[in-house]
Amino acid sequence: MGSLSFIPEQASNFAVEVDYLYLFLVAVTVFFTVGIFAAIFYFAIRYRRRSETEIPEATHTGMALEIAWSVIPFGITMVMFGWGASIFFKESRPPDNASQIYIVAKQWMWKLQHPEGQREINELHIPVGRPVKFTMTSEDVIHSFFIPAFRTKQDVVPGRYSTVWLTPTKTGKYHLFCAEYCGTKHSGMIGWVYVMEPNEYQEWLNGGASMGSMAEKGGKLFDDLACSNCHKQDGSGRCPSLVGLYRKHVQLADGRVITADEAYLRESILQPDAKVVAGFQPLMPTFQGLVNEEGVVQLIEYIKSLSPKPGTGPAPVNISTPAGEFKPIPQGAAQPAPGTSVPRGR
Amino acid sequence: MITAAPVQQRENYLNSSYGLKSWLLTKDHKRIALLYFATITVFFFIGGIFATMIRLELATPESDLVSAETYNKLFTMHGVIMVFFFLVPSIPATLGNFFLPIMIGARDLAFPRINLLSWYLLIIGGALAFFAMFAGGVDTGWTFYTPYSTSYSNTWVIATALGIFVAGFSSILTGLNFIVTVHRMRAPGMTWFRMPLFVWAHYATALLQVLGTPVLAVTLVLVFCERLLHIGIFDPALGGDPVLFQHLFWFYSHPAVYIMVLPGMGVINELISTFSRKPIYGYGFVAASSLALAVIGFLVWGHHLFVSTQSVYAGMVFSFLSYFVAIPSAIKVFNWTATLYKGSISFETPMLYAFGFIGLFTIGGLTGLFLASLGFDVHVTDTYFVIAHFHYVMVGGTIMAYMGGLHYWWPKMTGRMYPDGWAKLSAGITFLGFNLTFFPQFILGYLGMPRRYAAYPPEFQVLHVLSSAGASILAIGYLLPAIYFAWSLKYGPIAGANPWGATGLEWKIPSPPPTHNFDEIPIVTHEAYDYSSVEAEVA
Repeated sequence: MGSLSFIPEQASNFAVEVDYLYLFLVAVTVFFTVGIFAAIFYFAIRYRRRSETEIPEATHTGMALEIAWSVIPFGITMVMFGWGASIFFKESRPPDNASQIYIVAKQWMWKLQHPEGQREINELHIPVGRPVKFTMTSEDVIHSFFIPAFRTKQDVVPGRYSTVWLTPTKTGKYHLFCAEYCGTKHSGMIGWVYVMEPNEYQEWLNGGASMGSMAEKGGKLFDDLACSNCHKQDGSGRCPSLVGLYRKHVQLADGRVITADEAYLRESILQPDAKVVAGFQPLMPTFQGLVNEEGVVQLIEYIKSLSPKPGTGPAPVNISTPAGEFKPIPQGAAQPAPGTSVPRGR
Repeated sequence: MITAAPVQQRENYLNSSYGLKSWLLTKDHKRIALLYFATITVFFFIGGIFATMIRLELATPESDLVSAETYNKLFTMHGVIMVFFFLVPSIPATLGNFFLPIMIGARDLAFPRINLLSWYLLIIGGALAFFAMFAGGVDTGWTFYTPYSTSYSNTWVIATALGIFVAGFSSILTGLNFIVTVHRMRAPGMTWFRMPLFVWAHYATALLQVLGTPVLAVTLVLVFCERLLHIGIFDPALGGDPVLFQHLFWFYSHPAVYIMVLPGMGVINELISTFSRKPIYGYGFVAASSLALAVIGFLVWGHHLFVSTQSVYAGMVFSFLSYFVAIPSAIKVFNWTATLYKGSISFETPMLYAFGFIGLFTIGGLTGLFLASLGFDVHVTDTYFVIAHFHYVMVGGTIMAYMGGLHYWWPKMTGRMYPDGWAKLSAGITFLGFNLTFFPQFILGYLGMPRRYAAYPPEFQVLHVLSSAGASILAIGYLLPAIYFAWSLKYGPIAGANPWGATGLEWKIPSPPPTHNFDEIPIVTHEAYDYSSVEAEVA
């Protein structure tokens, strides 16, 4: 297989940026390596020992030289720092219109769920040209979600959510690797990413015998676990209503104000006592052991679907896309201007 | 070569007493250095056997020579043995132990009994690690990341970690011994700024050993607590935080990189100076840069955690701080290069290793800048790029320096010379084999080959085969010295007191040195590397 190539495929919005940074780093390295090698070779030959008794004169240390070769290289490294940090910062800020995919990693497989309900194992189908955000957790040890063609990598840690986002820019089939050693079959925890044309992707979405969207499954779980007994939608229950909760600011009993993101929702399901909402009693039992990580993300999608605010994701509930027509974005994108300004406030 | 009086039957530290007991209960720092030398040579070749098996397995994409389970144990034990039982003790415990006291005009280290104890601790730690290896091995990787190591691995984690724990005290005690020795035992006139840079480097290393290693010990105790007693510290299923382990682990293990490479830099100073007959250019800057590396080394551990879910801002701070490492590193390389300017350069074997060190450390150091750059690190962390980078620093740096130092001081330690032609040949083979082994791994990593994979996609095979081919050449480069060093002990030509025309107090005493080093404690009147004074004395 394989001709020897020196640059991996560039298939995401970050790939080109990372590669330019790489070329800069290589150029600096080649410059200094060649310079030092050349100086050593030149000095070694030019000043080779010509007699056993010669004693060369000691050279006095030049302060200016010492300062120059400390400060100038450091200046160059600051370019590396700034450049790398700016890419990293961008990688940490998913756009609001990114579609959401949930990943639960376990020894030794990747389990993926699309909000529309499709589930995949060790395969990931995504459309080209649309930002996508992955929310990930692990059921056991630390794994790492790595797609070389996208130049992205993020550890997947048990007990917490990590996220990564990107926009695929080129259709094709790419490697998905686990990059953090996770036990015996670590090197078997691999898969394929298929980046598809939007219409093909829509066909693929429609093709699978969908068992309902993630939000619908979450809604069913919500009833099965009897969450709905207390968390009544009209707020008349013993517990706070969850309508419109996602990304809202929540006043806690201990005085803190936090944003109701995925991590908070997950924690509140598994460790309800950790952050109790002001004005409520810590009555809720833990659901640790009653619901697995895949169920938790379905519950979260359900709670998000209760949000009246649009523009905060792929609007999971109303994905009643007319068959054949691919138009999921405009629905959400139509209203983000009034929608986004509110949840983003401090 | 400068001739000296024949030294054949003079009493020295090797022939002053005989028998196993005279070695196992010795308090002579030189004999203890040789005990360490024998011990870590064994560790090195065992770690090397694991490396050989790893490279053989990786010659083909499938996991066919050994199972994935065995492969995981091989890279774990390769890392554990090479890092904790070879690289950390390597130069300090052998060359440092032997020459640090002599270089400052002392008759021994400050605490000779503690010195012997520290060797026994390494032996006990090594025995525990060996027990774990033969009982079934360990498969966590040398990094012991949680919760895999505490809750999931079914291998000999505790025995291995206990071995490392015990060996850590060996390292702490060696560091303690060096610090006190440098402070209290310098000969009259041996001021701080007359000390050879080898001593400065070891002093900085000793600070790291004393301040960093206890954190590793604490971390391993926490691993014991969780694995044995199920106290939730790192495993989220028990209420712990898995990333906490990584912070604690790298708080030691990043400074440990400098524990491994600073003594090597110290050796290179001696070699460059001796074989260009010039004082090291910018002595003060080079000495200070060793201390700077020791201090900065404690502030950059978070650059191992850029994709670990550590906060974005913490990532930026650690990236920024990591670039400060570049300053002292650049100072060293530039000053070594400048030392050659208008020197009298000879190409003896140790100098070839020194050139090799500068070349490989330069590449290793510069690729560190890649990894400190956040946006790039995200792509290559946990790939072969990282493996290539740290092998350039640890193997290309530390082991090249260690080999250079051994070839430099061998005549002093044994009183015998090794065959020069063979030595130069093996220096060349090592340099060539090293680059062929590890340079392709930079490309592999950039192409996306993850580390710790027993099997890999076939498109990576060409580069893996190159790397395996390089490893077999590298192995010859390490086996040859083992053979001719052993040969030289009996058949090597007798070396004089100062075969290289070097400065430094160790070259003013006979080879091999007498048990108490100096009949009379020397009075130091010159700066380090004062070649005009040496010439005057020899003449």
